[in-house]
Amino acid sequence: MRGGAGRAGWLFASPALVVIAVFFFLPVLAALVLSVTDFDLYALADIGNLRFVGARNYLRLFETPLFWKALGNTLLFVVLGVPLSIAMSLGTALLLNAGVTRLKGIFRTALFAPVVTTLVAVAVIWKYLLHTRYGLINYALGWFGIDPVDWLGDPNWAMPAIVLFAVWKNYGYNMVIFLAALQNIPPDLYEAARVDGASAVQQFRFVTLSALAPTLSLVGILTMAGYFQLFAEPYVMTQGGPLQSTTSVLYFMYEEGFKWWNLGSASAVAFVLFLIMFAVTLLQFYVARRWSRA
Amino acid sequence: MSRRSAAITINGALLAIALITLCPLLWMVSVSFMRPGEASSFPPPFLPAQATLANYRELFAQTGMGRHFANSLFLATSATALSLLFNVSAGYAFAKLAFAGRDRVFRVLLGALIIPGQVAMIPLFLMLKQIGLVNTYAGVLIPTMANVFGIFLVRQYAMSIPDELLEAARVDGAGEVRVFRSIVLPALGPILVTLAIFTFLGSWNDFLWPLIVLGDDKLQTLPVALAGLSREHVQDSELMMAGSVVTLLPVLALFLVLQRYYIQGLLAGSVKG
Repeated sequence: MRGGAGRAGWLFASPALVVIAVFFFLPVLAALVLSVTDFDLYALADIGNLRFVGARNYLRLFETPLFWKALGNTLLFVVLGVPLSIAMSLGTALLLNAGVTRLKGIFRTALFAPVVTTLVAVAVIWKYLLHTRYGLINYALGWFGIDPVDWLGDPNWAMPAIVLFAVWKNYGYNMVIFLAALQNIPPDLYEAARVDGASAVQQFRFVTLSALAPTLSLVGILTMAGYFQLFAEPYVMTQGGPLQSTTSVLYFMYEEGFKWWNLGSASAVAFVLFLIMFAVTLLQFYVARRWSRA
Repeated sequence: MSRRSAAITINGALLAIALITLCPLLWMVSVSFMRPGEASSFPPPFLPAQATLANYRELFAQTGMGRHFANSLFLATSATALSLLFNVSAGYAFAKLAFAGRDRVFRVLLGALIIPGQVAMIPLFLMLKQIGLVNTYAGVLIPTMANVFGIFLVRQYAMSIPDELLEAARVDGAGEVRVFRSIVLPALGPILVTLAIFTFLGSWNDFLWPLIVLGDDKLQTLPVALAGLSREHVQDSELMMAGSVVTLLPVLALFLVLQRYYIQGLLAGSVKG
């Protein structure tokens, strides 16, 4: 390639690259440095008060019960929410993809609508839907003879309630991805399976699921990464309560950093969350590879 | 199962799921027209006994929602313009202009996607504080100007522009800027709409970053103001639903009009693995 195009390439790319370097890569490195300092309100006032503390933020974090609780809550949210959300996405994608389905476009738009909504605004709606006395959800459960549940006031129910809300908000996203993957499966495969005498269940298992395997593993990784970043739902719906049962890792980080101004310690929280997400992603890649070889 | 009963079962199931999915949004619209206190009764009413605009009037007169709406509109529009300005030329460069180290830089960018944005937030806040941009619109906008997803989106699309087309223009004596403006940009049309709607919705819906940067009530965006309002007005479900309607209406309308472009971007983003 001529030198002119090479120079033009850098000129066209560099504004965006500079922005990403200065406002993303630099802060990420700074976060690592910050996490081994005692940056707090005093350092905020006068940087001279800043001291290097080594791994102390991390060690203290591991001795903080609320951090472990937040981690446990976040894992619960991921473990309940991700499979439920993916099952819902896959189920609705299969329904939409069925040959007999009418009005596909309208159904797809309706099921997808919550994805584009503003999280805070729909969280406010759900807070009222989940109201113990006047909420529609308890009212509907009443038809089946189920007693009112104190969804957001009971430490055992608050996280499941937030999971329900998050699944409602998000499932349309993966549904669209699954739908595209389903439409890419060649019809001949089903034809061949039918000729071989495969039942509907067998066709689903051996044709549909195996064709979807790469999509499933990708969707699993992306969805999990999203669910680990739980924040606005508890911020709006429960403020981390009751009894800190919905305090997530990011909620803990936000309070540590921007309520108590322990910015060094909050940076350590951010890094621990990143490392956990990274480890889980690697694990999923590993499992997906074993699975596809088997 | 006969084809007819399968059709009834599948369409019926979809109809039920669609109704349940839309129910919270329909309920929001209905309650926003109820008189104060009306929704807090049992059994919960589905429709207002007498529709009223009182909640919307109070929202704009008492809580300054108009101001927050204008803030959100300004920020989302600016974020969209900036994102187009920075990401489009970079995406094109990564697709079509061979420059030293291009592929290595692109791999680093893709690798960075695994780092959650929240890791950068605290130092970013301190940087902005240092240069006096905390509590300003610029502080909200700066980290959204360029992003890897935007560059990736444009790159994927720009790859399909035939090299011969660009080469022919160069042979005719067009400079690189001229080639970009008169050949590349028109060819990128649909993906520019996709990038614009993604950025607009992303900015409009964003919560944590504006919450951190904008302390001043006057500058706050709709979601931040709405979250604050819902803590103050826990009992006023009718007023809060009017606030939610005002927040959701623009994004839902935009999505309905530009749905095709949005879905296209979503699918392009999901094959990056």
